[in-house]
Amino acid sequence: MLTLKLKLIIKKYLKMKKLNTLKSVKLLAVLFVSTIVMTSCSDDHDHDHDHEGELITTVSYTLTNGNDVVTLTFQDTDGDGPNLPTTTISGPLTANTTYTGLVQLLNETTSPAENITNEVQQEGDEHEFFYVSTVSGLTITKTDTDGNGNPLGISTSLSTGTAGSGSITVILKHEPTKPNNGTAAGAGGSTDVEVTFNVTVQ
Amino acid sequence: MQKLLIFCAFLLCFYNTKAQNCTYSLKGKVTDFHDNTSIVSASIHIVNLNKFATSNFDGEFVFNNLCEGKLTIEIKHIACETKRIVFTLTKDTFKEISLEHHLEELKEVVVKTNTKTEVTSIEQSLKKEVITNFTDKSLGDALNTISGVSSLNTGNTIVKPMIHGLHSSRLLIINNNVRMFDQEWGDEHAPNIDINASDRIDVVKGANSLKYGSDAIGGLILIKPKKYSIKDSLFGSTITSLNSNGFGGSINSEIVKTYNSGWYSKLQANYRKFGDFRAPDYYLTNSGLENINTSFRIGFNSYEKGFDAYYSYVNNKLAILQSSHIGNVNDLVAAINSQKPRITDNFSYDINYPRQSIVHHLGKVEAYKRFKNFGKLSVQYDFQLNRRKEFDSRRGDLSNIPVIDLRLFTTSIQPDLQIDYLEDFRINTGLLVRYQQNDAVSGTGASPLIPDYDKYEAGIYAIVNYDLNESTEVNAGLRYDYSRIDARKRYSLSDWNDKNYDVLFPEFETGEIDGSRIVTRPTFTFNNISASLGISKRFNTDYAFLFNYGLAQRVPNPSELFSDGLHHSAARIETGLLTIGKETANKFVASLERTNENFGFSISPYYKNINNFIQLIPTGIRTTIRGAFPVWEYNQVNAQIFGVDIDINKKIANQFDYIGSLSLLQGDNLTDDIALIHMPSANFSNRIVYKNNEFHELKLSIHQRTVFQQNRFPDYNFTTYNPTTQQDVLVDISSTPPSYTLFGFNSSAVFYPFKKGSLQLEFNVDNLFNVAYRENLNRLRYFADELGRNVNLKIKINY
Repeated sequence: MLTLKLKLIIKKYLKMKKLNTLKSVKLLAVLFVSTIVMTSCSDDHDHDHDHEGELITTVSYTLTNGNDVVTLTFQDTDGDGPNLPTTTISGPLTANTTYTGLVQLLNETTSPAENITNEVQQEGDEHEFFYVSTVSGLTITKTDTDGNGNPLGISTSLSTGTAGSGSITVILKHEPTKPNNGTAAGAGGSTDVEVTFNVTVQ
Repeated sequence: MQKLLIFCAFLLCFYNTKAQNCTYSLKGKVTDFHDNTSIVSASIHIVNLNKFATSNFDGEFVFNNLCEGKLTIEIKHIACETKRIVFTLTKDTFKEISLEHHLEELKEVVVKTNTKTEVTSIEQSLKKEVITNFTDKSLGDALNTISGVSSLNTGNTIVKPMIHGLHSSRLLIINNNVRMFDQEWGDEHAPNIDINASDRIDVVKGANSLKYGSDAIGGLILIKPKKYSIKDSLFGSTITSLNSNGFGGSINSEIVKTYNSGWYSKLQANYRKFGDFRAPDYYLTNSGLENINTSFRIGFNSYEKGFDAYYSYVNNKLAILQSSHIGNVNDLVAAINSQKPRITDNFSYDINYPRQSIVHHLGKVEAYKRFKNFGKLSVQYDFQLNRRKEFDSRRGDLSNIPVIDLRLFTTSIQPDLQIDYLEDFRINTGLLVRYQQNDAVSGTGASPLIPDYDKYEAGIYAIVNYDLNESTEVNAGLRYDYSRIDARKRYSLSDWNDKNYDVLFPEFETGEIDGSRIVTRPTFTFNNISASLGISKRFNTDYAFLFNYGLAQRVPNPSELFSDGLHHSAARIETGLLTIGKETANKFVASLERTNENFGFSISPYYKNINNFIQLIPTGIRTTIRGAFPVWEYNQVNAQIFGVDIDINKKIANQFDYIGSLSLLQGDNLTDDIALIHMPSANFSNRIVYKNNEFHELKLSIHQRTVFQQNRFPDYNFTTYNPTTQQDVLVDISSTPPSYTLFGFNSSAVFYPFKKGSLQLEFNVDNLFNVAYRENLNRLRYFADELGRNVNLKIKINY
């Protein structure tokens, strides 16, 4: 718009052919004023600004065995901000039990909260969850697959062994190598989620 | 006739008695000192030989068959005072003679082989021939060939020039007399300049930069167009460049029409495309680029008055190495420990994510008039519009939406007055008024890296130039700048309170709170004083000693004040601080130069002391849902940077020349008594050139460049817990890559297959031995090697 205006003025200017400094000074003044006017017109945009579309504020890992439900929740509502995240473990896991595990990702800065798990499911071929545990005897197996038949890891099966304690880490990789050797390190990609829960089996 | 006979007899006599070598030629060019235009019909008289010549349409003249010995030359032109030059002829010589050309009277005649912006300025230049060699590369690549200039890279296509270790907001880049504003504060924001549009690039290391701004702590880069001679002419050129690495190249065409009346116009266009580049052992997946640039200028040029209108359009689409997009600090550790980037696909022209897409418009109109017995008044109006979009690998529908979308509009008006009617004493004074508006365009689905702001600037400067005597000049200047920045930003409440802003800056709060975010209007006002002093002394015909002192002050840029958020390619959270103040530098540069074809050199030591130097350094670790991240914060320390740049040229045999350079630099963080981060290491280069003007102007050259490992670096390493291996691991972000040496080969020849014009062919090889290396000043050095061998063919047609 501005450039067009400038070009038009230059064209007009060239038609005059005869150079006159006084005129050129006037021209510059006109250009300058018109710019100020134009820019000040567009000054009213105090539009704010986008809520984080990609933010994940909450990771919950729900383990169910009949009425025995254990929920591990990691919440960080200010995203990259300075507030420390909070971790909530609803209770201990029962020894020698097999749970059905379901992971859920939420963006709770929007109302209602946005369920990010659905997006991950839709782009299953570009994502994969990985689970790492230091609790002895505890194993986690992925029970779902993406469109190509490779493991995805939204749904899992978790089996506990004898009583003990340790940590469970949930990792979500974006663009990992698929299929891979089953470890987060081997899969590569970039990390979207990496949260650790301290759990007890009793 | 009689005179001639006597002259011949005299010559013969001279020849017989002394048996001297009398086959030398003296060629030269007479140009206007003020605007570098050719001076036609100047008379050149060798007094002691009584030989005459007249400069032609291009200002050129020639004397043949001259004997070795002392020559006294007089140059005369209408409206010019006659002046004598005395020098000793020992070989075929070319002299560029600039005439100080005033309305009625001539002031002085200066014989120089190099035209500088100011006689007292410590600077180096790239001429059109060198710029042409970089037709398919960037400004930063071209400037990298100058001693003391290095570059801060992101991959191999985003190249930021660095003078004496300083870059971004500390360098002023002046494109066609317009100061570039293209979000230049960002480490990975390369200048949006098409070097093909320029005729000459000057790098001013010293202090003569007051005309352009108060904040040239690092220095000044002047990109200049060509001045056209006043004659009827139509000419142009086309350069095609093809490369084996990246399977791409560029085509650049320009056409120029000039008129006897003083009118001129030029149209230039450039297209550049590369696919994935290749390191010696793998393809750098997603590293290509696509550029379309064009420029147009029209103007009228005469001694008394004139104008110049210029418009340029630059459209850059730059891919960024896909492997550099990482999620958290454990991904960074994996990248550092791995020899290869995590993604090395086959060659492709695709530009995927991450990538930058930047459009830059620049327009200006400048008009001048000279007044009798006074000087020259010029007024310039300019505008720039920069739109920067950065795309990143994102989830779902967001991947086609930029993460960063910024629109920056800048406009300024600058009257400038040069009072030069007094002999030996010239004054340059002027004003600047500038308005800038940044718009963080909404719809990105991410909080903006820098906020919306309006910036108002006004400056006034005065520079005086005094010729103490025939060989000594003094230049001194003073500048005052006012600037005000008025921003609108939403902070997360936790951030606002955590940084104690609620206590420090309650006046910025608007009282509006939107969920977890607080709406603020930060406003800052700065007053800057800057000054410069330059002294030059010429002696022994080709020696010169120069000294420059500069006081420069820089206002913090928007990223230093406002940036906050996660930076993916660096796996770090970067936060600006509202408490950052301006930085102040005192710089001293000296230079001893000898300008001589047989043996010339320049030795230029410098020292810079910078108070409140703003730097970005790691300050802690923050746990997020993605895992751990180091937090990098801007802080201010006292710093010093000192070093020396040395350039040498020597004729080693009849057709062989040697060119060498060495740069040494040390940067210290005086506050913490450690090294400064991201300082260039010692480096040197050697080049041997063979030239044969008889055979197709054949030119062959071989060059070597060695960059030493940087052993002086601050240790900002830290440890992090890796949950997959369940161990604490060291994150080695500080260690520097080892030294490397690269060789290259260049050749060119000129042919005349057409009635008019010429054809130049060039064959070049970079990284001749396909060395795998990493460069400390490349932000992607953790992820991949630099480029492997490249074979380049250039075809240049002049018509």
